This record gives sequence, C-alpha cells and structure tokens, in this order.
Amino acid sequence: MSQATRAKPYLNPYLAGTLLGIVLFLAFFITGSGLGASGGLNRLLVYVQNEVNPQHIDQVAYLLKMAGGNSNPLDSWIVFLTIGTVFGGLISGMLGRRMKFETNKGPQISNGTRWIMAFAGGALMGYGARLARGCTSGQALSGGAVLSVGSWAFMFAVFAGAYALAYFFRKAWN
Amino acid sequence: MANFPLPLADLLGHWGSYAVYAVIGIAFGMTLESAGFGNSKLLAAQFYFKDMRVFKVMFTAIIVAMTLIFLSSALGLLDYNLIWVPPTYLWPGIVGGLIMGVGFIVGGFCPGTSLVGLATGKLDAFVFVLGVLFGIYMFGETVDSFATFFESSNMGRFTLPELFNASYGVVVISIVVAALALFVIAEKVEAMVNDTPQQRMPGWLKPAAGGLIALAAVVLLIGQPSNEDRWQAVADESEAKLKERAVQISSAEFIKYRDDSKIKIIPLDVREERYYNQFHISGAVHVPLDQVQAKAKELQFEAANTIFVTISNDEAAATEAWKILKAESVPNIYILEGGINAWLKTYAGDSISDEQRLYNRQEDQMAYKFNAATGSRHPAAEPSPHLLDLEYEPKVILELKRAPTSGGCG
Repeated sequence: MSQATRAKPYLNPYLAGTLLGIVLFLAFFITGSGLGASGGLNRLLVYVQNEVNPQHIDQVAYLLKMAGGNSNPLDSWIVFLTIGTVFGGLISGMLGRRMKFETNKGPQISNGTRWIMAFAGGALMGYGARLARGCTSGQALSGGAVLSVGSWAFMFAVFAGAYALAYFFRKAWN
Repeated sequence: MANFPLPLADLLGHWGSYAVYAVIGIAFGMTLESAGFGNSKLLAAQFYFKDMRVFKVMFTAIIVAMTLIFLSSALGLLDYNLIWVPPTYLWPGIVGGLIMGVGFIVGGFCPGTSLVGLATGKLDAFVFVLGVLFGIYMFGETVDSFATFFESSNMGRFTLPELFNASYGVVVISIVVAALALFVIAEKVEAMVNDTPQQRMPGWLKPAAGGLIALAAVVLLIGQPSNEDRWQAVADESEAKLKERAVQISSAEFIKYRDDSKIKIIPLDVREERYYNQFHISGAVHVPLDQVQAKAKELQFEAANTIFVTISNDEAAATEAWKILKAESVPNIYILEGGINAWLKTYAGDSISDEQRLYNRQEDQMAYKFNAATGSRHPAAEPSPHLLDLEYEPKVILELKRAPTSGGCG
C-alpha cells in the first residue's frame, strides 16, 4: 500500500459534519435507533468469551443479558452497523487514496510509546463507554441530536476530561 | 400517523433489517473517514486548539440531524416517541465521560473513529481497538462491585426541553445558533493558535448556515404535535377498534396473561384515589387520568412482551386513558371489559354483601360500597382462575414493538 499517487485531502469539516448529520438523521428516521460503535465491539468480545468460557457468561449478570442460554451476542443490529462502519472506512480510504500502514503520533515519541498509549487509552475508552452506556457515537452524537439530557452531560464530560489532561500529554501529539 | 421510523423487521425480516443497518454503517464509516477521523494526530489536535475538526464535525452533525429530526416530527412524518433517546443515568454518564475524555487524549481515538482508522491501516488504531476490547472486558469483570452506582441517578427518557421547561422548537433553534456562533469563535482560535490568517471558507457555507436557521425557525413555528394532534392521526383506525370491541379484553383473558410467565401484564388503574383505595386489582398501578400522558414515556421502556390494561369502574375513563396512550404510540394497550364493576360481579362472590350494592349510580362510578379501604387485600383482588373456568373470546394480539429498546451501545 504505497502512496503512488498523493492522498486526497480530507473533506471540509463543515461539509463532513453535514454529511454525517444526514446519515445520523436517516438512521433515526428509518430505524428509530441512532449510530453506535462500542456496542458492536462489546458484542464481539462477549461472543469470543462465550466460545472460550461459557460458564463464566452464566455467572455474570451483565454478560448474561447478551449471551445467556442460546442467545447469540452477534445477533444484533449494532454488530451489522459496526461491520458496515469498518467497510465504509475502507471504501472511503481507498477512494481517497489514504490507505497506508502507519502509526500517527507526535515527532517526539517512538512508535512503541504510541502503541502503549493507544492500548491504555483504548482500555480507558472501552471501560468508560460501558460505564456511560455509550461512546462518542452512541451517546454524544446520537443522544445529543435527540436532546437527551444525559447525552449532553456526557459530551461535556468527555471534552472536559480530555482538555483537563491535554497539557500533560502535549509531547505525545506535538 | 407518522409512518417513520419503519417497522424494519416486519417489512424486511430479521436479516433483511440487518442489511439496512449494514448500509447505514457503511455510510457512517465513509463520512467518518473522509472527515479525517481515521487519523489520531488530527483528532488529538482538537485538544491543543490547533485543528478543531472534532468539534466542528460533531456539532455540525448534531445540529443538522437534530433540526431534520424535529422538523420531520413537526410535519407528522416521524414519531419522536418511537425514537431511541438514550436514558439519562446522570452520574455514571458523567464519570464514564470523564474516563473516556482521558482515554481520548491518551489513546487518540474514540471507538467509532478507531474502526475507520483500523480500516485504513493505522497501526495505532489497531492497538487502540485491542485496548477498547480489554477495557470492555474489564468492565464486565468489575461491574458487579459497583452495581449500585452503575444503576444510580436513572432519570429515564429525559430531554433538554423538559429540563429547561421550554418547547422543542426553542431548544432546537437555540442550539443551532449557539453552535454556529461557536464555529465562528473556533475559526478565530485556530488562526490565533497556529498564527496563520483565518482560513477562507467555501462560498456555500453562509447560505447553508442561513438555511439551517430557517429550518429551525420552521420547527419553532409549527411546534411538535400535541397528544390531541397525535390522536387525530390515529383516530379513524382506533375508533373503529373501540366500536368493534376489539381492544376490550375480558377479565378471564386478563387473568390468563397475569399467570403467563412469558408475558408481563401491567394493569393501569385510572380511577380517583378513593376508589383505588377502596378496592383495586392486585398489582394495579394507580395512574389518575390527568397523569396518564406523562406516564406514557415510562411505559415505552417496558419490555416488548408487556401488555398494558387500562381500568376504570366501568369503561369510560379507561377508554379515555386508552386513547391518550394510543396517541402516544404505546404498544399492546387494552381496556378491561366492564371495568372494576364487572370484575367484582364475577369474582367477589360471597365476599360482598347485598347491602354493599348501589342501585342508582352514574356511569363509571363504583357499583359497590366499601366501608374500609381494602385496596388489594380484598379476596377478589387476586382471584384464582381455576375456580371459575370462564370462556372468553381472545383479543390480545401481541404487536412487535416498534420503539427500539436499546441504542447503539447495547
């Protein structure tokens, strides 16, 4: 995946936002549900857990809801939405000639450091998303557009958490 | 009534509906990637005020989607009651949000953006996704130790217009105007931090912003449909059902579902409090007629196998309540045939004496006199059906619930 031709620039953010808003509206208009991402990953994980150690699923109430008895955790619309999201990213990346194996980071840290941070940040994200019952897509974006009070409070909390610690991680990104 | 959202599973079948979600997912992934959200460095730049793309894209999406949702609801195309509004669990949401904020600045992605990063070959996105899976795993392992907190401050379906006691139109237009003002500020901040002249905006931007404000103004002017408007939209079909007595279920059918472990039955007693105190059916929830509409959104959260039955002394108030709930799109809603009076006549037997009987009474008054508030301690409150094997005409048809019971994160 070399960059034989130059990658196309990203869309103007307001245009991208308008397109995203229309997709979000159509999701609500047609299906009644918004968008999401962490739910699909969650169910994928529960599926693997259920294959490896089904007894464990039956001991944890939280997991039981998704995979107890004969219910298949992958039998959910959110899983298909998530698979679609990955394919959509792939299509758009190919059309924009932006497919490239790389690690994005600031110049002052090594790839290894960046990967450790990515894992730690991902773990915090995954944990927080379950606690908040949704991630940036499912809570902030979708819940925000339908005016849920909790989603707006959540959204401010995400920005507050990131801005509060941004100074301490400035070397990683700048 | 509003035809949207569509009952996808009815129209396309189980797997057919999943195909629709996959297509929506593809569109979602394409817009995220083309917005630059597959690139962690670009995402993190938000928090150093260098490139406020995250804020701009996200808030543009929110104001566009919000305006279109409430516009289509105002025009009667979309039923807002059948839209998934994430329930508010205030403190778990805020604490989870703070943890995610930290995760954002450390890891550089959020779950959705990491998926498109992964799809375009970003190795840090791949590692991030592994981290997310680990975090979700750890949550499943530890949630039992703070289950009380996780379930705390549950305010149900709670919206900003309800919080501020303002109309949906006022809130929508305020958010649109505030977001547009913040975009102007964001452009100035970026130029200042990067020490570059302000970027030139494409020519369509100002008219588009004006158009959005105009649409929000239309939302404000039309207003959201009232319970009366909503009833008008379903009145013909529903009046016919009432007339055919297709929704008045007999007490025998009520008891059958009460004893069916696969069905949850919620009796809604809409009578005045004094009647409710004198006698009510075991398990009946007291919801006076003037509170029925407010109760509707709570009922939407019940599982799909729930049947609601409105109850009054005869049928008049129960029918009123049925109409209100029907208009609010509450599924599987029925009326107890003959109300409490018919119930007592069937099941009270010897436990009610002849002196308790009232002969000159008005419509929807109680036909029996109770000298004490027996509530549900009266023997007739929980009759055993096998004592009387009553014949009945089955009327309940469980409809597939159209309102989603979980959002994109379940």
